[in-house]
Amino acid sequence: MRKRPVSFLFAVALPALLAATPAAAQDDPHVFRGARLLPIAGEPIDNGVLVVQGGRIVGVGGPDTSTPRGAVEHDLGGKVLMPGLVDTHSHIGSVSGGDRSAPLHPDVRNLDSIDVASDSIWRARAGGITTVNIMSGSGHLMSGQTAYVKLRDGARTIEDWLYCDDPLTGICGGLKMANGTNSIGQPPFPGTRAKSAALVRNLYHEAVEYREKMAEAEAEDGEDGEDGGEPAKRDLRMETLVEVLDGKRIVQHHTHRHNDIATVLRLKEEFGFRVVAQHGTESWKVADELAAAGVPVSITWIDAPGGKEETIDWNMEMGAILERAGVDVSFNTDDSVTDSRLLFRAAAMAVRYGMSRDKAIEGLTLAPARALGLEDRIGSLEAGKDADFVILSGDPLSAYTKVEQTWVEGTMIYDRANPDHRKYAVGGYKVYRTTAHEDEMIHELLLGETR
Amino acid sequence: MKRLGTTSFLVALAALAGMPAAAQVAVRAGTLHTVSGDAIENAVVIAGADGKIAWVGPTAEADIPDGTDVLEAAVVTPGLVDARSVVGLSGALNSNVGPVRDQDQLERSSPLQPDLRAIDAYDANETLVEWVRSYGVTTLHTGHGPGALISGQTMIAKTRGRNVDQAAVVPARMLASTLGNAVSSNFQSPGTSAKGVAMLRNALHGAQAYLEQVRKAEEAGRDDEGESDADGEEAGNDDENGDAKPAPKPPPRDLAKEALGQVLDGELSLLITANAVPEIAAALRLQREFGFDLVLDGAAESYLLLDEIREAGVPVLLHPTMSRVRNGSYETASQLADAGIPFAIQTGFEGYVPKTRVLLWEAAIAAANGLGMERALEAVTLSPARILGIDDRVGSVEVGKDADLALFDGDPFEYTSHICGVIVESEVLSAECR
Repeated sequence: MRKRPVSFLFAVALPALLAATPAAAQDDPHVFRGARLLPIAGEPIDNGVLVVQGGRIVGVGGPDTSTPRGAVEHDLGGKVLMPGLVDTHSHIGSVSGGDRSAPLHPDVRNLDSIDVASDSIWRARAGGITTVNIMSGSGHLMSGQTAYVKLRDGARTIEDWLYCDDPLTGICGGLKMANGTNSIGQPPFPGTRAKSAALVRNLYHEAVEYREKMAEAEAEDGEDGEDGGEPAKRDLRMETLVEVLDGKRIVQHHTHRHNDIATVLRLKEEFGFRVVAQHGTESWKVADELAAAGVPVSITWIDAPGGKEETIDWNMEMGAILERAGVDVSFNTDDSVTDSRLLFRAAAMAVRYGMSRDKAIEGLTLAPARALGLEDRIGSLEAGKDADFVILSGDPLSAYTKVEQTWVEGTMIYDRANPDHRKYAVGGYKVYRTTAHEDEMIHELLLGETR
Repeated sequence: MKRLGTTSFLVALAALAGMPAAAQVAVRAGTLHTVSGDAIENAVVIAGADGKIAWVGPTAEADIPDGTDVLEAAVVTPGLVDARSVVGLSGALNSNVGPVRDQDQLERSSPLQPDLRAIDAYDANETLVEWVRSYGVTTLHTGHGPGALISGQTMIAKTRGRNVDQAAVVPARMLASTLGNAVSSNFQSPGTSAKGVAMLRNALHGAQAYLEQVRKAEEAGRDDEGESDADGEEAGNDDENGDAKPAPKPPPRDLAKEALGQVLDGELSLLITANAVPEIAAALRLQREFGFDLVLDGAAESYLLLDEIREAGVPVLLHPTMSRVRNGSYETASQLADAGIPFAIQTGFEGYVPKTRVLLWEAAIAAANGLGMERALEAVTLSPARILGIDDRVGSVEVGKDADLALFDGDPFEYTSHICGVIVESEVLSAECR
């Protein structure tokens, strides 16, 4: 675990880290007292104190931590409090991406499809998840621009959830890419792995040239102080890829087999982009290569090898192997492939198979925050960070532990004591109406198959 | 209906196939969950060379013979019994396309195929068999998958043996049936759930008529026997007097109708996969009409029909807790338990990315959601053994039962516990912690 001194200051002057201000931030300070705190950025604190104000954490410490006058007190004796979970790979919110007209859709934005009222959102809240990378499926080499969202209360449109300032001007997520069998298909889709890589390389080379052309056009504009002839024509597809080339947009890459992972590393080297290996089933075979390339892995936990040919070498010790090699490991739900309510379980299973507790819990919080480039804002309990946290009935790695409350930016968004919320934790009749977990839907979502 | 039965023959076959003789082994348990009785602290189980449990009791009273291999574990339970799976027919890849096709649990040529037998398909060497065994499953109720009105006959196997005959405990146990729209996605007809029920009713009525024909022919045969020649020639149906009514002939053998006939005669149970309320109600209605031995499978919305299910005396093989079934709830298991309905937890089948293969972890979700550790353990041991009718052999740690045991280093359902040993009929088949 990355050790940093825990700050006991409150009333920290905060730079506007990112513009989206907490929509429902509470002005009154809140003090959460008595829980075992797992700050991630430091050792656990028994009988700890967390102070929250204005949607941000203003104090973290032991029982003697000074607290502001007039604060709302919360007694959390016997509970565990830790940062809200960050899911780097989820299909909640009825998300869609590119269609079957082409294998590469860098101009498609997932945020244009996400339904903030979808009941699947409640699976995540009930599971203690506060930030999600919502993405389209792996049936395309590039299925769309992903959306990094914060599951704030009372959202009316996706704008209320985004980390970016404005989707018209900002970068609001990553880029979903895939290789291996899911994105192989009938023309215009590639028929082989090598063709898959060639299509991607050709498009990125186009983007390199586009970037040069735009830079030249800009330079010409600058020289004479006015328009230097024809303005370069904007290309939305190329613009996205230039953001990737410039390291401003992280590639979230579905990849299973060791040779497919090697292809991802080769593309990263050629074009210099930031990339996260999503699933990474055989990443344990290329752990040293991933570590050397500084590429993190986000694991989707399944309970047995297989499900398809590419995943037959699933290794339960994968988390431990990657940790030993020095790879930054996080966990994801791939909801609804696995359930957002069970993300804690993935880390617990990794511990069962040799991963350290600290790294596994970091893999639910700070590591996925890094995988999304949001580690300055979320993922640990530190003064100045967003007040996103969960209150648990016990050990986060126990099968018997319940998420009791989920808080986002100082506002409670899930409360197991409230029957209207609790039903989302257990399910039941018509609780999940719009997202019945049906195989057909999953199949369509992930393979992009039209029926 | 002995004439139609194949069970006794196959049991004999399994016995002839022979198993390697197991040596005697003893297990010391910090806590022994016998399931049939109270847990025993500091207990010893002696598994005899005959594959049966020879002795169970507190360590202080144990007399472990010299030279006996002794295993130790913090927690010992009976070997787990998976109430319903497709393991051995469905392979690890879950692949129905491409060069490797390992999905053999659903035949799509017809929605009604009662003559398909799991024993003709079960692959004892499938990697999933070893996988589920390494997580404590020693007995499997497996067979053709859900998705057809009748997909075939299920079997009960031990997760051991090189071939199906060594593995089989009960070669034919139930007929697997599915109601509802799930069937329509696999077949042109039935296209609706009502049509599906009609087709099943017609099939059962057809089997009733078939049984009647067989019965009449048998009766006639018996009558003729008394009059027939001493040399035992074919019963004299040829008409000598010209005016006697011709005796009924037995119908040509129809294996599908024979299997349905076994359901009507109570030799096979009818396992009906029914998740929504109308499907569960239709299954109960069919049971009322034909009087067969019904076992409900899936039963996602059973929490809405607890009284009806209890009154019908029908047991439930509940869907895996982590499956994507519509309107499923993590709390259904505890609701069934509280209602006094006999039920067991299963791993079932999931298409695409299958998550529900480890029974232990399906039960863990139920344990954590109201069922509790002890009732969850019963739901994967003695309860399925009773529903399957094999509780004389498996499901609890008692003298005389099969020496099937699972060894853990902590609470079996805790994610961070490990299973450190699996014993099937006194044979230690897995001894590493995982």
